[in-house]
Amino acid sequence: MRGLSFLIIVVALALLPVLCPDPYLLSVVAAAGIMIIAAISLNLLLGFTGQLSLGHAAFFGIGAYTSALLSLGFDVDLGFSSPLVVEPKPVWVAFIGGIVMASLFGWLLGKVAFRVRGAYFVIVTISFAQVMRMVALNWVDLTEGPMALVSIPPLNLWVPGEGVVRLVSKASTYWLVLAAGVLAYVIVANLVRSRIGRAAIALRENEVLAKSIGIPVTRCLIVFSVLSAGIAGAAGGLYAHTVRIIDPDVFLFIYTITMVIMVIAGGKGTLAGPVVGGLIFGLLPEVLRGVVAPEVQWIIYGALMILILLFMPKGIVPAFGGLLKRRKISVRRRPSATQGASS
Amino acid sequence: MDQFLQHLVNGTVLGATYALLGIGLTLIFGIMKVVNFAHGELYAFGAYVAYALVSLLQMDYFVALVLAAGLGLLLGAAIEFLLLRRCRLENVDEVMLIMIGVMIIMQNAELLAWGGVAKVVPTPFPQESIIVGGIYLSPTRLFVLGAAIVLLLAFYLVIERSRLGLAMRSTFQDEDAARIVGVNVGRIYTLTFGLGSSLAAITGALLAPVFVVTPTMGDLASLKAFAIVILGGLGNIRGAALGGFALALIEEFGAAYISTAYRDAIGFLVILAVMVARPQGLFAAKERVG
Repeated sequence: MRGLSFLIIVVALALLPVLCPDPYLLSVVAAAGIMIIAAISLNLLLGFTGQLSLGHAAFFGIGAYTSALLSLGFDVDLGFSSPLVVEPKPVWVAFIGGIVMASLFGWLLGKVAFRVRGAYFVIVTISFAQVMRMVALNWVDLTEGPMALVSIPPLNLWVPGEGVVRLVSKASTYWLVLAAGVLAYVIVANLVRSRIGRAAIALRENEVLAKSIGIPVTRCLIVFSVLSAGIAGAAGGLYAHTVRIIDPDVFLFIYTITMVIMVIAGGKGTLAGPVVGGLIFGLLPEVLRGVVAPEVQWIIYGALMILILLFMPKGIVPAFGGLLKRRKISVRRRPSATQGASS
Repeated sequence: MDQFLQHLVNGTVLGATYALLGIGLTLIFGIMKVVNFAHGELYAFGAYVAYALVSLLQMDYFVALVLAAGLGLLLGAAIEFLLLRRCRLENVDEVMLIMIGVMIIMQNAELLAWGGVAKVVPTPFPQESIIVGGIYLSPTRLFVLGAAIVLLLAFYLVIERSRLGLAMRSTFQDEDAARIVGVNVGRIYTLTFGLGSSLAAITGALLAPVFVVTPTMGDLASLKAFAIVILGGLGNIRGAALGGFALALIEEFGAAYISTAYRDAIGFLVILAVMVARPQGLFAAKERVG
């Protein structure tokens, strides 16, 4: 999906609100789009460095909370003589602040978690997300806890002739999410084709070998962790300013799992994978809504996840990409060894 | 001082059940290298079995305990036989994700079957606490402690003294070598998963009259079990037993003297701290984790 075909798809997606101005459809697709951006960021770690990070919802939540709190303003007593008071900031400043904060935590978690691998790494990332959730739940002075943060201001845009417009209509939200998604996609596409991206893929395939040819493994992993967390934080910020209410549930394990399913189903380590997987698993709940109970919907989620892992461990994009190209891809023994950055 | 002793006793009772939970998880990881995300769901399964048998079918609580253990064994063995055997445990991440799929299915099946309302399992013991030297002890908790210790000892004997335990330990050390000397490794896997699940289920049934039974109780149980086995070192059975008591005491005293709101966060902070300082676990010899 390069060049022309990429452009055609983007234009086609951008025309959706014009061709089909149904507000319900647009809000559903925009919600799926935010999860797709989160899945794209998770794919950086899970797909390209091969590290199964199961705390990704934490970065989403940190981005959402930071952005929301900065735009609303807050005061918090840190135990010093005078409380820390933060006046409401312009909404885009807050949004950038959310990305920076999420990246910072990505760096911090990377420093701690990349000391270990495999099952240990997974459990450290889960613990991190759980601690974040507990903080969001219990630090009521700052986060309002389970009462949630409400009336978060929407993002705005300066439009020639109309001045500053608040992006509240369904179509404008959709375009905003689409623009952010395209940006995230392009950043990731360029990153994985760059020098450090190739280094990450090398260490995914064989860490010892990568180290032996001089790739600074830990530094490379931390760079990916920071960028991945930053993009996830941006997705969280988008969520906060479009849904305009957030509660500690954004940190729930199940959201991380949703992102993981999207990446695995679409094809980890491919650029189009999280988009395809995200569209399927982002829109599936809407298709199933009203047909079955939410519990059954989750059971279907879980069953699909197991079936995909058992029968299509590489995901949809590599499976169909291989069919289209009619090119023989050498079959490797390890299912984790995907075909690299191309899709 | 009484306060302190009271917390110590409460922590010990909780610790015995944590130890059971942790041993099941660490056994499965040690022998099969599977991080069993469904462990907490098997714990919840045991609690629901107790609820269904005792509250709905008016069965005896002790019969329900035995049945919970048996059904947990069967369910665990079925999960191993139907799912894990198929992916031949080659890729650790993939197996983890499959277990997460099982977790999602089990939790939502429970929600579907029983609803979100918490269920109460009546205790067969008198409600009045026994007071010994100023310390309050409910007979139910005392029974839980006794039963957990008996189970821990029985488990220890199975692993250290029986032929099955010998086969398990040999598979743990070297799967191929075990195969060569005639151990049916496939059967050991099924039994291991069944045994670990059975321990989780009976822990759930034991604690059902102490706490309430909810569909999401498994989440926290899973995560606590992770904290316990990380404390003890993944795959280290003795470490898991000690880790269970350690986590329970840390939680109990942390809640008493630091903050009750963050009680459940303490386990995760322990994981993070152990990972930074001693990734091989507190009670383990040096082991490669990277």
